[in-house]
Parts: sequence; structure tokens; C-alpha cells
Amino acid sequence: MSMQAEPAGAPPPPEAEQVRQGKAAISAGARQERRLGWLLCAPAVLVMLAVTAYPIGYAVYLSLQRYDLRFPGQADFVGLSNYGAVLSSSFWWDAFWVTLFITAVSVAIELVLGMGLALVMHRTIFTRGVVRTSVLVPYGIVTVVAAFSWQYAWTPDLGYLAELLPEGEAPLTERWSALWIIILAEVWKTTPFMALLLLAGLALVPEETLKAAMVDGATAWQRFTRIMVPLMKPAILVALLFRTLDAFRIFDNIYVLTQGAQDTGSLSILGYDNLFTALNLGIGSAISVLIFICVAIIAFTFIKLFGAAAPGAEVKR
Amino acid sequence: MFAVLPLLASLLAACGGDEDSGPPTLNWYNFPDDSGALQKAADRCSQASGGRYRISYNKLPRAADGQRQQMVRRLAAEDSSLDILGLDVTWAAEFAEARWIREWTGTAKQQAIEGTLAVPLQTSTWKGKLYAVPYNTNTQLLWYRSDLVPTPPTTWAQMLDMARDLDRQGKPHYVEIQGAQYEGLTVWFNTLINSAGGSILNPSATEPSLGPPAVQAATLMRDVATSVAADPSLSNQMEDQNRLAMESGVAAFELNYPFVYPSMRTNNPELFRNFRWAPYPRVDADRPARPTIGGIDLAVSAYSRHPDLAFEAALCLRNRENQLTAALEGGLPPTLRALYDDAAFIKEYPFAKEVLAALESASVRPLTPAYQNISIAISHTLSPPSGINPVSSVDTIREQIDEALRSEGVIP
Repeated sequence: MSMQAEPAGAPPPPEAEQVRQGKAAISAGARQERRLGWLLCAPAVLVMLAVTAYPIGYAVYLSLQRYDLRFPGQADFVGLSNYGAVLSSSFWWDAFWVTLFITAVSVAIELVLGMGLALVMHRTIFTRGVVRTSVLVPYGIVTVVAAFSWQYAWTPDLGYLAELLPEGEAPLTERWSALWIIILAEVWKTTPFMALLLLAGLALVPEETLKAAMVDGATAWQRFTRIMVPLMKPAILVALLFRTLDAFRIFDNIYVLTQGAQDTGSLSILGYDNLFTALNLGIGSAISVLIFICVAIIAFTFIKLFGAAAPGAEVKR
Repeated sequence: MFAVLPLLASLLAACGGDEDSGPPTLNWYNFPDDSGALQKAADRCSQASGGRYRISYNKLPRAADGQRQQMVRRLAAEDSSLDILGLDVTWAAEFAEARWIREWTGTAKQQAIEGTLAVPLQTSTWKGKLYAVPYNTNTQLLWYRSDLVPTPPTTWAQMLDMARDLDRQGKPHYVEIQGAQYEGLTVWFNTLINSAGGSILNPSATEPSLGPPAVQAATLMRDVATSVAADPSLSNQMEDQNRLAMESGVAAFELNYPFVYPSMRTNNPELFRNFRWAPYPRVDADRPARPTIGGIDLAVSAYSRHPDLAFEAALCLRNRENQLTAALEGGLPPTLRALYDDAAFIKEYPFAKEVLAALESASVRPLTPAYQNISIAISHTLSPPSGINPVSSVDTIREQIDEALRSEGVIP
């Protein structure tokens, strides 16, 4: 690009000028390149704006309205009162604590199991392909399909897991047993994803460092906690962040397993019910925006907590 | 990227394009029927139209919530491929207020009203205008075992006494009723509050009515749930679990829809010999019970491209012949008064007289666009029935109905 900007066959300018002009020519070229860069990515930016910024903006706008599809004539601007209604509702807080509980417990279990699986996948030398493939099978199954098989498995007279329980037990109709089944389905499904992200982190740990530590007499546990974990910190952060954000928005497993009955509904279920069953776009959008804010807070907290290990932190160094 | 749009547009046009050749297709969306009666009606009406239209029967999901969600989603997007909609009796007000369905006027309205039972007609009326035509109706009766109970009880108090007696004698004594946290629990409450002379909303559906009859209804529900008459799994029971419990022989009474009758004949011929029916028990001895009605109303979508044909086709689908087929093959009680005197119908429905009597004194669930919220507020507050605190539960219901009518409430 900058080459073409140079006029062909022009007489060579004096040396001092050549330097100055050269510099100017480069920056002009760079400017042009930058403009081309913007032009090239403009379609992508426009599409992104259309598919993300617009819906988010529209949801925020709707959340400030009394807008109920069933009363189209009564649509009106109501300021923040939808947020007041949601935040003062016990249903919001019930769903909030349920969501938090499911997120914390399932992500903790996934981290431990995922680390175990990652180590197995990393260390396996023979049949590595088979091991990796079989570990990934649950992640490859559609969540709703898996959730239905869990539902049938836990239905009395129908499922093999319900068979193991005493007669007359219907675990999906009791709050706590249903919550644990939801967590089980979630862990089963997404541990492979966690393992995959951690495996990428394990690949960053230099073999020589581990060997040197071994020579120095470090036990396997010491090598794990003192060398591998610190070196894997960025990968762990990414894995935890991704999974926490995902788990916080949990919907499909609950939708299939309990439909949110017996107070097992998450925030996403609450939003869905208010949008699609109550057709209340105002309240429903306020719930969606609040979920969005929660997710932003989680992401921000993670970055702050892990500080320098955050992705992109290296650039600032 | 923009080059793709014309392509997409032509694809979309191609999807709806098959209507250009041959008679217009009217899409009828209704609950999934396994008996074949609905398909038969669609075929008959297509035939009878003499090539002016063809009705395509499209099955909605099995669960009522799924049916409503599919239709609502598509109507909100102004989908023109829906013509005739099978609405649950509690949806007409909501769809009408949202302007998703057309008002019935003129001759179509006359034909819709003529010979139709009054209470089902109420469910398809909103703000004095007719928005749908009743297709089928339904109501509960008291089913009992004559080997345990020689004369059926006429009030809830009598029924609970009988259950206690049977319990003392060590005989099956449960009263089977819908106690799970769902629509069925709201129906139970609605039946009791109306039987006690009250209602959930005021006549103009602008605010809750409730009052002493509501407290009386809630008290009765708690008393049933905490008595020996209650099935241990009451708080998880819906119609089908009630039916199965009765068929297994643990219960003496069952409040349920007539589908339990053919089922008992097939599943337990032994018990069937003593399986009898009676009017729904009263709350007050001197006031007839007012059981809640169910059923389907047919409406014409506001976005239909052939509204005139759709009105005509909807009337055909619920004419005498097709309602009789639906009753005999699908077990759906008709909404045309005359059919209750039809010999073929009475033969299949030995309880036709009691069903008709129940329908004539029946109550409807609150007619309001906010019905979904109100129903959820009621079933959520009254579940489990054994935990009801009559006065404070009714207060909670009142608050939540108030919020729902102002579309301010968050629903669980």
C-alpha cells in the first residue's frame, strides 16, 4: 500500500527532505491503511451492532416501559418502576439464590473433575485419541436431549436411576433432590469443556521445570500446587470465568427437568416465564437487564481477583 | 451479505407460495387429538366447501402452556399462516385484548350462538363482544364406588364424614382431587369459591372480589388436605394420577372429568361394576355446586388472509355432525344443547344428563387478559393445600391479583 503511494518516476528529493518526506509518506500510508482496516472491518462491526448492541439497547428501552402484549393500549413510559417491582419481589430473590447455589456448586465440582480429566488426557500416551474423544462425548450431546434422558432416568416406574431409590420416591418433585439432579446434569455435561480449557493450560507448563523440581525432591502434590497451578493461572481463570458466566445463565436443563417447579427456577427461567407466559415485556426485559448486570459484575470481579493473570494483562506489561 | 437478502426473500416467498394454485388452505391449530375425530372433521368440511377451501389440521403441543406459547409467539410476530385457532377457554380475553383474534359479527355470530350452551359461550365473550365459538366443553362430576358408598354425598362435609367412617372400618376412603401446583388447583379453588356464592374477580374483571367465600373455599381445601380423606400424594396429583389411584382401588371418591369412565371400563372391569357418578358436591347444603368448565373455543386469527372462509370453516368444524363425532370418538362433551338429547350420544355418555345439569349451573374461570398471572398466583399460594392459612393465603392472592391486573407483578 505505502509502496504504491510513492509516485513512480519522480526525481529523488534531497537527502534531508527525503527522510522527512519518507516519514510523512509512511504515516500517510499508515493512515490510509488504518482507514482501509476500518473499512474492512466495518461490515463486521455493523453486524455486531445489529445483533448485539441493538437488542441490548432495545431490552433496556423495553425495561423502562409498561409494555404488556396483552394490554397494547396501555403501553407507557414508567421509568425504573419495573426494576423496583422485580427487586422487591421474593420470586426474584428466590431465583437469585437458586442460581447462585447451582453456579457455585456446579463450577466447583467441574473445576476439580475437569482438572483430573485434563491431567489424564495430558498424561495418556497410548490411545490418547480414544481417551480424548470419549471424554468429550457428553459435551457433544445436545443439552436438551441429555436433560430429557436425565428426566426419564429419574422418573419413578420409568427410569433406571429412580429404580435405585426406595419405592414412592420422586426426586424431581422435591426441591433439594431436584436441585442436585440439575447440578448433576450440568456437571456431567460441561466438565469436558472445563477439562479442555485446562488441558490447553497444562500444555503451557514446561516439562523441564517439572523435571528439575523432581530432581530437587518435590513431591507430585508440590509440583502440582507450586508449579503447575501458578503457571496455569490464566487458563484456570478463563475456564472458571467461561463456566461461571455460562452456569449463571442456566436455562435448558431446568426447563426440561422441572420447569422451575418447587422453587428450582433460575433467573433465566424467571425471565422466560415473565416474557413468554406472562407476555410482560416490561418486567421480563427488566429481569433480562438485571441478569446482564449480574453477569457483568461476575466478569469484573474475576478480572479484579485474578489481577495480572487476566487475559490481555501481558500486553500492558 | 446484502446479496443474500433477495435470495432469502425469494425462499420465504416460495414457502407461502403453494396457495396460488388450487383452493386456499386454512390452517387450523388445535390440541393434538389421537382419536382421529378432528382430522375427520377437517376432511369433511374441506369436502363440503365444494373446493372453496381446504382445512389443514395442525397439532399443537400436548401441554396447554406449550400450545399457548406457540400461538402467542406467532401472533405477536403477525404470522399470517394461522387461520383457525383452538383456544383453551381461559385465553379468549387475552387474545382479544391483544387484538390477535377477530370479533364475530353478523350471520357468523348468529350461527355461533344458536343452540350453544350459555356458560361455554361466556368463555368466548370479552367486553360484550363475541371472539370465538365454543368447540367442546368439559366439567367434573363426583365419581364414587357404590360398593363402599350406597348413596353419594351431596356436600363436601358429608363426603368427608363418609371418608372418616370408611377409614374407621379399614376400607378404601381417599377423596381423589387435583392438588398439585398447577392449573388444576386453581380450578378446584374456582369451583369452591363459586359454589360458596363468591367469585375471584368482580363482574367487570377490574379487581379481585374474593371475600368470605374465598376464605371458606381455602378453609375447605385445607380441611380436605389435612383429613384422612387426603391421598398422601395429594400435593403432587393431577387428573391422571387421580384416575390411576381410583383404578388401583385405594380411593372411594374422585372429582374428575368424564374421561375416567371409559378408562375404568378398560383398566379395571372389576371395579367398573360399582363405578358410579353424581353431581359435584356442594359447599353449602342449600346452594348448588358450580363446577368450573374447561374446553376449547375456536377463534379466527387477526392475521389470517382468508378471514371470511375461516369463520365459515370454524362453524363447520363445530357443527352438529362433527361435535357428535368428537364426542363419540374423542370423548369431548359437546357445546350444542341439542346433542345432550341425542340417543347415540346418551348411549356412549350414560351421564349425559348430569353433565348437562352441571354445565347449566357451571362457573367459568376469571375472564381477563391477565388470567395466566392470576392462575399462577392462586396455584402458587395454595400449594401445598395442607399448608393453607385461609385468611393470609387469600390476602396474598388478593395482592398478587391486584399487581397482575396492573401488569406490575413478577410471576414465579
